Amino acid sequence: MVEQVKKLLDKRLKNVEELEKLRQTILDNKDASRTTVSVCGGTGCRASGAEAVVEAFAEEIERLELQVKIEFKETGCHGFCERGPVVVIGPKKIFYQHVQPEDVPEIIAETVLQGKVVKRLLYTDPATNEEITCEPDVPFYKRQTRHILGANGQIDPTDIEQYIAVGGYSALSTALFQMTPEKIIKEVTDSGLRGRGGGGFPTGRKWQSCRRAAGETKYVLCNADEGDPGAYQDRSILEGNPHSVIEGMIIGAYAIGSSHGFIYVRNEYPLAVEHARTAIEQAMDYGFLGENILGSGFDFRVTINKGGGAFVCGESSALIASLEGKVGEPKDKYIHMSEKGLWEKPSLLNNVKTWANVPLIINRGADWYAKIGTADSKGTMIFSLVGKINNSGLVEVPMGITLREMIYDIGGGIPNGKKFKAVQTGGPSGGCIPEQFLDTPVDFDELTKLGSMMGSGGMIAMDEDNCMVDVARYFIDFLKGESCGKCVPCREGLAKLSDILNRITHGEGKPEDLDTMEDLGEILSNGALCALGRTAANPVLSTLKYFKDEYLAHINDKKCPAGVCRELIEYSIDPEKCTGCGVCARNCATNAISGEKKEPHTINQDMCIKCGVCYDSCKFNAVIKS
Amino acid sequence: MTKYWISSERSVDITHAEDNNVVHFTVDDKDVAVSAGQTILEAVQRMPGIGTIPALCYHPSVQPYGACRLCTVEVSEDEGKSFRFVAACLYPVKEGIIVKTNTDRIKKLRKGIIELLLARCPDAVVVRELADEYGVEKPRFSLGDQNCILCGLCVRACQEIIGKSAISLVNRGIYKEVAAPFYAYELGDGCIGCGDCVHVCPTGAITMGDDGKPILPRVRIPYAEISAMVSPEELSASQG
Amino acid sequence: MDTSLDFTTIQTILENNAARVEDLINSYVDKKEQLISLLQDVQAEFNYIPQDVIVRISQKLDIPLSQVFSVATFFQAFSLKPRGRHTITVCLGTACHIRGGQRLVDKIERDYGIKPGETTEDQRFSLETANCLGCCALGPVMVINGKYESKVTPAKLDKILKKYE
Repeated sequence: MVEQVKKLLDKRLKNVEELEKLRQTILDNKDASRTTVSVCGGTGCRASGAEAVVEAFAEEIERLELQVKIEFKETGCHGFCERGPVVVIGPKKIFYQHVQPEDVPEIIAETVLQGKVVKRLLYTDPATNEEITCEPDVPFYKRQTRHILGANGQIDPTDIEQYIAVGGYSALSTALFQMTPEKIIKEVTDSGLRGRGGGGFPTGRKWQSCRRAAGETKYVLCNADEGDPGAYQDRSILEGNPHSVIEGMIIGAYAIGSSHGFIYVRNEYPLAVEHARTAIEQAMDYGFLGENILGSGFDFRVTINKGGGAFVCGESSALIASLEGKVGEPKDKYIHMSEKGLWEKPSLLNNVKTWANVPLIINRGADWYAKIGTADSKGTMIFSLVGKINNSGLVEVPMGITLREMIYDIGGGIPNGKKFKAVQTGGPSGGCIPEQFLDTPVDFDELTKLGSMMGSGGMIAMDEDNCMVDVARYFIDFLKGESCGKCVPCREGLAKLSDILNRITHGEGKPEDLDTMEDLGEILSNGALCALGRTAANPVLSTLKYFKDEYLAHINDKKCPAGVCRELIEYSIDPEKCTGCGVCARNCATNAISGEKKEPHTINQDMCIKCGVCYDSCKFNAVIKS
Repeated sequence: MTKYWISSERSVDITHAEDNNVVHFTVDDKDVAVSAGQTILEAVQRMPGIGTIPALCYHPSVQPYGACRLCTVEVSEDEGKSFRFVAACLYPVKEGIIVKTNTDRIKKLRKGIIELLLARCPDAVVVRELADEYGVEKPRFSLGDQNCILCGLCVRACQEIIGKSAISLVNRGIYKEVAAPFYAYELGDGCIGCGDCVHVCPTGAITMGDDGKPILPRVRIPYAEISAMVSPEELSASQG
Repeated sequence: MDTSLDFTTIQTILENNAARVEDLINSYVDKKEQLISLLQDVQAEFNYIPQDVIVRISQKLDIPLSQVFSVATFFQAFSLKPRGRHTITVCLGTACHIRGGQRLVDKIERDYGIKPGETTEDQRFSLETANCLGCCALGPVMVINGKYESKVTPAKLDKILKKYE
């Protein structure tokens, strides 16, 4: 009896035929007449209250007993996070933004049951003032090629069968039964895939070295320690489509001959960890992980490790140290990780996005993949387009699109009529690119030529109200806090750079500081032990190169042209515009504002701490920043 | 071509290849031949008159660490087409490499590192000697009052030679320091008073106390306060 | 980084929670490489890493005490002092910084007297900063007790924090 029960509960697919049968069954059981309601449950939309929306839908559907009519699912991140909570109603893919729980009954009554659109929830194109109904027509999505992120909006990441329904694990079947490890590596090599974590190293070549390395025990590692401030693509993929990563890892493991893999996830991504765990459990249940996968004789299992809150652990040798239970200090890598990595065994480390590209390449073929992108940067890249931009979120586009297209066509330009100033790419290892280079195609090599880099895909737009010296100071302070402290150039050099930049932004800069910073930059680039240190000076060096006038204004004139650096700005009240409403005075943290009711108010400069609350709260634009 | 045969000397050396492998390469345009299985720094240190490589965080009795970066040299693996900066104390000698130990770029880098160290530890004798040698006068930065350059030799000595690991490098970044567990000022029974840490310290930041136990670079809280919370037996047992 | 340790208010975790501590540590007995995961479990359970638990881990997992201590002090996730009842994490990632995230930190310092890494005297709030929480389109972002708040301004801050006693 126990055996029978066990057999019933055993979902393990013993071979490809069973997998295809299951896939067909799932698809057959799909009722095309049902309306799909997808609510984005990514961390971004949750921050805007998506969980309450999900609950509201669940309740309403149960109350009206519409389970038969509606296929309701909570999906991963759709990418258009600024507009969350996002709800998409299929099959037309009607796109609703900023949905609140109160809107739910109306959505069900009007859209789901009657096919009518609730206009106030639609996206309006700021350029044309046109209301857009369907998701693919939203300008943000229209220009994208969402090969990887596309599935995020379609599947519930906690249900493996939904992944199977959209073709999941078919690449694995192909790899295990129709290809040899060498052929798989050749396919990945021919596709031109380059590492999406920042290094841009040819993935196929890495797999080849790992396969060739001596030894029985090899490890496959997934770097999900995405620490670049401003980048969250890896989080979205792990939260929204973890199986795509797992499938990639299994294929990689088969190609190099590994039976154990690790996913190293940042501590600050609890939802990603949870969904990855669930995905691994379900993959084990269905036989995609564990022993004798799909009857191939190949064994592979995956363990999840959480980081401890250290940006430096995204560096490969620090990541490995952390996996071994040690502090995350990088080591000089004169022997490649593909020969001696985790526990001195050959290890294959790739980024989340890189792994997610693998099933795509196996399914569609290297030739198809290599047609996308530029000569040396193939495929699509997922960028996180954020900062001072109208449409911010995750953008997946072919390599080679220009910065201008990214920022204006997809991003919708700079909000509030402000002027574009720079776009920062590649996280703390990258640099700031000014307006004159907006027509540069975005790929690995072009960005490096400009003194920046692709990095993990962060793309932060800045406008005239951002101070580039402050941006440099921000990045240096960030890196100073994340430096492991092992080597002198990084530990001491970043501390000194931070001192100088803080002095400059406080109006105590000296002319010789510019040369000193260049020298420190050189010490870091040539002398630092790891990539964090070696690229740490990039934000400073690139802003010095393109925005030197701002530095000179801070140092020589003690002024901050953008009006950001607190010591160098002054808030005052324009008596012509001030209505004497007193809102600013009430909000002032130090009671520095005085004035009679309905009389123009004044700010006592000695008491003002330049916090900017008055500037924000004045409805009459009477507070001036100079 | 001058040949230098390096005899096997110490047991802590990186293990030599079984078959007396010889590696030929050049150092500062001089051809050399050394036995495989050692680093550039080890090879150069054994060849009088060949190459100049200062090093502060290196000691032959423990594993190299690569923290001070003073031993940085330029190495080409493609017959001179391109060079990169590597730490000589960790880079293994390889057939055909071109090593430069004294280019202008190297000298400038060393000067920069020494300037940073001098700002951190202005009174450390060995740093001042290097500063004199490389012409570093007054650092352009505010001066600290440390003596410890965080080379980690004391920690490695305690771990690798004695096996006690009584001290370790704690915290991260600029807050990094050599400390006993819980930042204790005094070392308890975890430390056997062998003095290896004092012996390998290049700056004398760690000194031997009158009670036969070393005094750590930074004064912290007295051990007694810690043992009041954690029983001394437990603490000793865990360090035994 | 606050590297002082306050021994005067140490709760004797081992005494009051011996069984729980043993359970936690036992599950890692043959997996000393998972030290960081174990420390995370302890941090989640007790809201900090008590010193006597560090000693116990060193004994049971056979890891030198100094190494456990190094790991506990290296990673931002771990605190050697008890954290407040409510942890406020202000995101200072680039996108949030561009949108004024630093002002939230400044306001909290003004109103509650704590800098990042510190806890209020009454143990009500602990302030941490994060270098990007991955919600960049919604900055400035703040997390309090695991709940995400988006587009937070200094004015909104008061309203949000008042809810947490």
